[in-house]
Amino acid sequence: MSAIQTEKTQPLAAPRVELRTLDTLWFQVAGTVCNLACTHCFVSCSPTNHTHEMMNLAEVRRHLADAAALGVREYYFTGGEPFLNPDMEAILEETLTVGPATVLTNGLLLDPARCARLKALADGSEYSLDLRVSLDGWDAATNDPIRGTGTFGRILEGVRHLAQARLNPVLTVTEVWRESGSDAGKEKFFALLRSLGVDRPRLKILPVFQIGAEAERAGAYESWQRLRAGDAPEDGWDHLQCSSCRMVTDQGVWVCPILVNEPSAKMGATLADSLGPFSLDHPACWTCHAYGVSCKT
Amino acid sequence: MTLHRGLATWGEKLVPLDKFRRASAEAGQRLSEAERAAAVRDYAAPLPDATQVEGPWSRIAVFGGVYNNHYGLSALLEDAARRGAKAVYSLGDLGGFGPNPEKVWPLLIQGDVRTIQGNYEESLASGREDCNCGYTDPRDNHFAGISYGYTARQCSPEFKAWMGRLPKRRRVRVGDRELLLIHGSPRRINEFLFASTSPVPFLETLLDQHSCHGLLCTHTGLHWHRRLPSGRDVVNAGVIGRPANDGATHVWYALLEARDEGMAVELVPLVYDHRALAVEMLQEGLPEEFVETILSGWWTTCLEILPACERAASRF
Repeated sequence: MSAIQTEKTQPLAAPRVELRTLDTLWFQVAGTVCNLACTHCFVSCSPTNHTHEMMNLAEVRRHLADAAALGVREYYFTGGEPFLNPDMEAILEETLTVGPATVLTNGLLLDPARCARLKALADGSEYSLDLRVSLDGWDAATNDPIRGTGTFGRILEGVRHLAQARLNPVLTVTEVWRESGSDAGKEKFFALLRSLGVDRPRLKILPVFQIGAEAERAGAYESWQRLRAGDAPEDGWDHLQCSSCRMVTDQGVWVCPILVNEPSAKMGATLADSLGPFSLDHPACWTCHAYGVSCKT
Repeated sequence: MTLHRGLATWGEKLVPLDKFRRASAEAGQRLSEAERAAAVRDYAAPLPDATQVEGPWSRIAVFGGVYNNHYGLSALLEDAARRGAKAVYSLGDLGGFGPNPEKVWPLLIQGDVRTIQGNYEESLASGREDCNCGYTDPRDNHFAGISYGYTARQCSPEFKAWMGRLPKRRRVRVGDRELLLIHGSPRRINEFLFASTSPVPFLETLLDQHSCHGLLCTHTGLHWHRRLPSGRDVVNAGVIGRPANDGATHVWYALLEARDEGMAVELVPLVYDHRALAVEMLQEGLPEEFVETILSGWWTTCLEILPACERAASRF
């Protein structure tokens, strides 16, 4: 049944999103393995979560070759904690020969030597390298209940090391605290970044997804928080990131970074298997639409 | 921590690892090699486009955003003629940033400039409240709003109507090469094609899908040229409205020439009376930050959109 037919004849059915262009390719490069166990993590990452495993250079290389054939524009690496993966820097070096790369990190493993090596990788490539560092509060009292005791100071140290290496990180903050997304809240994060030597502060604010550990922390979705074909905006669903991204894990290709812990969101074994439409039959899709979420920077 | 030992997190449920792995192994599709090859071919297949092809020309000049810089535009028309350009093309963004937009229009007509519609023209013609440049940071949007508001107030209804009639793309033959001229990208009028975030594989697929031997664009403010492994060219002509964020006061445009084999691309530096432009901007009460850029060659505003490589090369 075509998407248009679905919307008109079955308005209560889940909408389908076509892949328009495969611009953004995500890699769950650290699997769900992390050195933290944040209470709001929508994929419930932890030191013992092996739902998805780390990916090695050979695996990533195969997918990069497929991605190049499809004209992927940019690459993102996440987990878990990507720098727990011993192949991470080699993976970045290889990726930067075919496109720009961004790493999402908790910042705890950003020692000065690693930052210097990342700077060298960035300088050696014609494509851009970005680091996104996660933080969820302006001080230990607001951050540590989410990320773990003692993390605030360690995260700031990581950011400081990046700034000293003349890498300009993007701070990623989820709206666990509502004030984080306000003008005053953002200004506090900008001031914090400047105090760490980041003279061109950048910030990305993300809503929380009420799945995984976050569902336990603050509650899961209500039954009404579900997208229906009849909810379609005038120009369709192309504003959703699943119209331009896919996520690769050690087990295959998923539709997006949010739904990796749902087997039903796996689209295929390879990228070429995964170019078809996706049915937005998951509550988390509601957050993407309602808040205009894009996981990319 | 033993939280997940031996277990998988299937949504909010904890299940044995092998149960998750079996479910994901069975999920999704696994096409045959032939089906995969067909899917990739379909993905990169040429898109329909009925745009007429102009030319052929032996040599053309192509320039990007004017940003009301009528001094720059006069200098370009003179320079392009001196260099033997047979046709001159504008990639849009005639307004914004600089002073007195109505001074640009007669130069375009007298110079027989073949123009396409940029986001500025689209917004002004449709009465949109903002330029639709595609900036995401409020700091960029603050200055973009000042620029657009000034130009929108200064442009006549006739000029705006003319802008509304401009084509969004042109196809131009230079020698045996068919070039696609667009403002931002072939996909969106306000998409930014920066050098460091437009990798070769992406560009090759883009040119496959849009059936051209070369792509000309602007919108980013920064010029660059990539000759792809396929022999095709992607050229961001930069802009003539403000300097290239490199500490030099001149601006840039592109000259393309047919050769026996293929096409030569030259990015040409263009000197113009930048001091006169600065004086006129001050007279019009435009922000000092804009004037500083004209006089120093460094961007002081709309920097947040720059990717890491381009921002690292900035002064601010």
